[in-house]
Amino acid sequence: MDLWFYLQQPFAQHALVAGALVAFACGLIGPFVVMRGMAFAVHGTSELAFTGAAAGLVIAGDPVAGALVGAVVVALLIATLGGEGHERDSTIGVVLAFGLGAGVLLLSQYHGFATAATNILFGDIFGVSTGQLTLLLILGGAIAVVMLFIRRPLLFASIDPHVARARGVRVELLGAVFLLVLALTVTEAAQIVGTLLVLSLAVTPAAAATRISANPLAVTALSVLFALVAAEGGLVASLASSSVKPSVFITGISFAIYVACRLLGTARRSAAGRAAVVPA
Amino acid sequence: MTPQRPIAVELEGATLQLGGRLLWQDLDLTIEPGSFVAVLGPNGAGKTTMLEVLLGLKGLTAGRVTVGGEAPRRGDRRIGYVPQQRAFERGLPIRGRDLVRLGLDGPRFGFSRLQNHDRAEIDEALATVGALGYADAPIGLLSGGEQQRLRIAQALLGDRSLLLCDEPLLSLDPSHQHEVTALLDRRRRELGISVVFVTHEINPVLPYVDTVLYLTNGRWAAGPPNDIFTSERLSALYGTSIDVLRIRDRIVVVGADEEDHACHPMHAAVDG
Repeated sequence: MDLWFYLQQPFAQHALVAGALVAFACGLIGPFVVMRGMAFAVHGTSELAFTGAAAGLVIAGDPVAGALVGAVVVALLIATLGGEGHERDSTIGVVLAFGLGAGVLLLSQYHGFATAATNILFGDIFGVSTGQLTLLLILGGAIAVVMLFIRRPLLFASIDPHVARARGVRVELLGAVFLLVLALTVTEAAQIVGTLLVLSLAVTPAAAATRISANPLAVTALSVLFALVAAEGGLVASLASSSVKPSVFITGISFAIYVACRLLGTARRSAAGRAAVVPA
Repeated sequence: MTPQRPIAVELEGATLQLGGRLLWQDLDLTIEPGSFVAVLGPNGAGKTTMLEVLLGLKGLTAGRVTVGGEAPRRGDRRIGYVPQQRAFERGLPIRGRDLVRLGLDGPRFGFSRLQNHDRAEIDEALATVGALGYADAPIGLLSGGEQQRLRIAQALLGDRSLLLCDEPLLSLDPSHQHEVTALLDRRRRELGISVVFVTHEINPVLPYVDTVLYLTNGRWAAGPPNDIFTSERLSALYGTSIDVLRIRDRIVVVGADEEDHACHPMHAAVDG
């Protein structure tokens, strides 16, 4: 089968559009995830999408709706139990452990096909329906609008929370809003690359971008670009290979970009040196 | 930058209780427009809380406070703020220039594009603190002194009339301390703004200070440095025997401050 044939099929086109939407949202939140040291929050909330999906299956037979509602619950729970930095990481660990246990219990109560829930763990992008696509589109649009709206105060609060608070920024409230956006984005991404691999779209591209630029706007643009390249490139590669899951290629491309940026960044930094950047 | 009309700060019978503990009581203080006020005292005496009151982040338990004739309000654009120096992480994706820009539109929601005059203003702010040379370097790679210069540029961007500083010299070495205070004072005179400066150590700011506000557990004293830094006044404040010595142009406090200095590294963690 050739790639051109696949690209004309609706399932592949759906997948490409879904992949682009998810990559765009992940690329947008990525720089803030890196700046705020929230990689574990991404991992935690994405794994808990499994619990949400299981709950959705048992209660309403709808894993996606369950995962999205679950994301909101998890975000509120982490924001309320709270803390910053290490304390927040412990809170996430606590919620994550309990949540996964609850997910397993829920799944044992479900007597239908459990594939719908396990798909959340590994991603099922070629199974994206038109309805799911619409949901992704609305969610992706909402995430973009919110991120654009809170961008500057969130940057202020992430870089220098003490000064931001003094200047009237509602640092805690913004943190909670960002956590909510993060949880929804991650849940969305989980359906494409799977819960276990979400970090490759929500963290890796931004981490790569910060290696080669310190300009906040450029970092966001690069982060979105890298996420798009990884997601779309991974999908196309998977179609061409016809037997390997896209997750494998997406994470592979994402990692390759990161390694390249790291090498480039290190080379540039040692070539320029601090003395050249900063005249005494 | 055009000189701003400096504003006065007035406290009348100001009392603040925090978690059942009395920080200060019946505090009366007028900060004259354009003056340099140093706020001193041991850890936990409510120095930072004083700034939070002026910033509209905390309310008084009793009494009255006004900033430029109005009750303090959160996000007051007339107030600039310089914090303690805390090292930025090396990989933080932000340059000196971006940090300074936050002083202009950091708290603002929505998409904002810099206008040409904004850019010129940022460049001018960078130039006045001597930071143009490293404005495009990632802040995580800069020294503590360089970071504090950027923070001063940020704090004074826009039309500020009052500058609040919370231990901006902490963790800076003496030469940087001297540089940063001299810079602050120069900008104060050029812009005609008032400065409230919370500090552990009177000596670095002594040449510039008009008024000292000394807070100890529940008690306070305010006045010119020469009136406050006497053995009698400080002994009365601390309720124990304190000796104030003058060695050359420095003030050395023996008794209360020793313990204070021992707590130096702790202070950043606790008060911050």
